Amino acid sequence: MASATPRIKVPESATKGEIIEIKTLISHKMETGLRKGKDGKIIPRQIINKFTCSFNDQVIFSSDWHPAVSANPLMSFHMRATESGRLDFAWHDDNGETYSKSADLTVA
Amino acid sequence: MTRMDSPSKVTRRHVLVLTGAAAAAAGAGLLPGIALADKAAVDAAIKKAAGGATLQSGRITLELPQIAENGNTVPIGIEVDSPMTASDYVKSVHVFADGNPNAEVASVHFTPANGVAKASMRMRLMKTQNVVAVAQMSDGSVYRETVEVKVTIGGCGG
Repeated sequence: MASATPRIKVPESATKGEIIEIKTLISHKMETGLRKGKDGKIIPRQIINKFTCSFNDQVIFSSDWHPAVSANPLMSFHMRATESGRLDFAWHDDNGETYSKSADLTVA
Repeated sequence: MTRMDSPSKVTRRHVLVLTGAAAAAAGAGLLPGIALADKAAVDAAIKKAAGGATLQSGRITLELPQIAENGNTVPIGIEVDSPMTASDYVKSVHVFADGNPNAEVASVHFTPANGVAKASMRMRLMKTQNVVAVAQMSDGSVYRETVEVKVTIGGCGG
């Protein structure tokens, strides 16, 4: 898969102090490096090994992934809404690519 | 897989096709003889995650199915009881599976900005086994929780 498509679900607005849920999903085969292809050769490992979420350029949540993370990895977590700002999400692939997406959050 | 280039095209069907193909590959015996992580290696990995601290029980809630029909996508919910303030919060939770080729599954790193130490994801389990979560608190204490999951059809690799 040449490219991966990230999808995120963040509420557009929140009240101050509210704890919001952030859901992310990215299409990726997460090849374990343990499977053999039809030719009998091992298919090389290619997974997303790191996921980070930053709020106004400060990392608020991150996760290290191993081959045991399912294909099309889903990650959901929470955040306390304190101020309006931008959320940046980044997924780091074994092949050096980084897939990213961002969202704006308005805190009333 | 050019279909995936457009954000709107990641359909449920697509996910099903992917997991289905993986399951078919497993069924057709295309998997190599995979060496499993041995017990000692798993214990060593857990100990390393704990960083020498004593493993206490409690505070962690693992949300896992008792029986997972498809080992390729086993939902896991992690929740750690913590006030999540700047002085007392959960730093990291490491997830291990003792019957997979590699014991490590994932590590999640929280900050006080999260408000609650709660996360969910999906993982692969090769067979019926124990899922272990190790939580590191900001004060240096470490907690452990173990849940057994019965797997009907194993996930490819792990």
